[in-house]
Amino acid sequence: MKSIGKKKALEMLEQMLLCRRFEEACLKAYQQKFITGFCHTYIGQEAVAVGTLNHLNENDSFVTSYRCHAQGLVKGMSAREVMAEMYGRITGCARGKGGSMHVFSKELNYLGGHGIVGGQIPVGTGAAFASMYNETGGVNITYFGDGASGQGTFHESLNLASLWDLPVIYICENNRYGMGTATTRAIANENIHEQAAGYGMKGYELDGQDLAEVYIKMKKIVAEVRKTSRPVLINMNTYRYKGHSVSDAGLYRTKEEVKCYMDNDCISKFNAQMQEQGWITEEEYKALDKKIKEVIKDAVQFAEDSPWPPIEEASQHVFA
Amino acid sequence: MPVIEYRTALNQAIEEEMNRDERVFVMGEEVAEYNGAYKVTKGLLDKFGPKRIRDTPITEGGFSGIGVGAAMMGLRPIVEYMSWNFSLVAIDQIVSNAAKMYYMSGGLFNVPIVFRGANGAAAQVSSQHSHNLESFYAHIPGLIVITPSTPYDAKGLLKSAIRNDNPVIFMENEFLYGTTGEVPEEEYLIEIGKGDIKREGTDVTICAHLRQVLIAQEAADILAKEGISVEIVDPRTIKPLDIDLIAQSVKKTKRLVITEEGHQICGIGSEIATQIHELCFDDLDHPVVRVSQAENPLPYAKNLEAESLPGVDKIVAAVKRVLYKK
Repeated sequence: MKSIGKKKALEMLEQMLLCRRFEEACLKAYQQKFITGFCHTYIGQEAVAVGTLNHLNENDSFVTSYRCHAQGLVKGMSAREVMAEMYGRITGCARGKGGSMHVFSKELNYLGGHGIVGGQIPVGTGAAFASMYNETGGVNITYFGDGASGQGTFHESLNLASLWDLPVIYICENNRYGMGTATTRAIANENIHEQAAGYGMKGYELDGQDLAEVYIKMKKIVAEVRKTSRPVLINMNTYRYKGHSVSDAGLYRTKEEVKCYMDNDCISKFNAQMQEQGWITEEEYKALDKKIKEVIKDAVQFAEDSPWPPIEEASQHVFA
Repeated sequence: MPVIEYRTALNQAIEEEMNRDERVFVMGEEVAEYNGAYKVTKGLLDKFGPKRIRDTPITEGGFSGIGVGAAMMGLRPIVEYMSWNFSLVAIDQIVSNAAKMYYMSGGLFNVPIVFRGANGAAAQVSSQHSHNLESFYAHIPGLIVITPSTPYDAKGLLKSAIRNDNPVIFMENEFLYGTTGEVPEEEYLIEIGKGDIKREGTDVTICAHLRQVLIAQEAADILAKEGISVEIVDPRTIKPLDIDLIAQSVKKTKRLVITEEGHQICGIGSEIATQIHELCFDDLDHPVVRVSQAENPLPYAKNLEAESLPGVDKIVAAVKRVLYKK
């Protein structure tokens, strides 16, 4: 904890809370039918986005699957523009045309949330290719779920990135289920990081429920990739508390199992660690949470008040 | 004016655009050290080096997606498929990513990339190596589809494709690579979406693209001997389609035969015929007739392959049919 420092720790605690309260607001808005279509929440996995993205700078890029709201928020997208996108309003980050699965930010080199499992893995690899080609020193983080590790794009990308020395950090957010199928029923070698060896690259396994571990270990890993331009594969053990998407009743796992993970919650754990350091009191934590809830409330109000896209928007941006 | 091969015209286009713009690079199977499976990229490795002329393993889904990501970050990749048949293992990257990115990001990320390679039947390569995929890709919003039939068109359109800010499906053909034609020494571009009258005539219009233009020319020569004057319209790009040029010709000849190497159902001819019926209903002296590939996979045996493809005889017969001649 000491190596993280109070200032950074507070910043990251705030980011995790922002992600969680944002997703909770999404679930509520979905029940109220303000948000429709698909909606995949990140609740439980916050330490992964926060502990990794805090190491990226302006030359870097990142891309992920449809579970894509938190990554943008952590890197500084406003809750307003992301929530408005969830609502399908013109003020959304993608003008209401992407929705829940397609959060993008040009400014942050956030190459999007993607709806086809594993489809984004070569795209992130391509962003790293561009960094190599332009000699910018940038690295790319490509996130994907455990379910994507069975796709051809995963294996093709690892092979190419290793062959061409591309600075990609492949992060498998292993939340133990690809929709309703447990990794034990889907992946021949569940130790996904071990698959790195097959492509001559380094693999790491991290506790994705522990922000301090993720942040500290990722600092070294990102620096190494930046220096060597060698790709790495990280198996980030994590868990989503809610269903695969809003419509998922979660009948494939027990309440006990979910509770077990929730008892090891990344936010509660980090809050406790910070209190041990004397960096925050419970009252201050509650005040921080209250402040975040206000930010989310404002974002929801902004989204509700925002206009629908004008009809002519439907035929715009088909071609550049 | 120099007479050069179709493949050389493509090679010149790539070289000129790579000299003009450092962001342009080529990747694909055998494009570098092997000099290209069809020699389109011959000599380019020596000129530009392995960073910009990049051999890939046989991993179309992987390198197509890398092209998309690189394009999103500002590069301008040319991705070569040895043939478009192999694009089918990469089609998710083309359709879900390249084509949809600009739209679903609300205009934040465009994808300036050219996917190119040989399309359609080659010489007796059977069912898996003979796909005509222009109607597949033309169906997807966000993709431009270009199908040049001559060296002149190939060069001018490829240069325009490389400069275009959208994903472009650029389709060539194995039989066309060795064909020759005049190509000027000075630089030129061809506007994407502009068709060309390949032969002027008065009695009937044949609309054809890619290799079918050459086959239609053969048919027109035969028909000319019988006193039938054929006009050949080559749209050159399937999407956007120069329907005005086709309609203009049909209004003159009153008759239209569309020939395409691909299958008839939901094919390019289906689209053109529909649009012509919408635009020229009162001008037509005969319903539009389509000459296409038979509705079976392409067989290996020479006689079966020939029977399945839309050859000269079928085009001649179709022209006579729209003229009510035997």
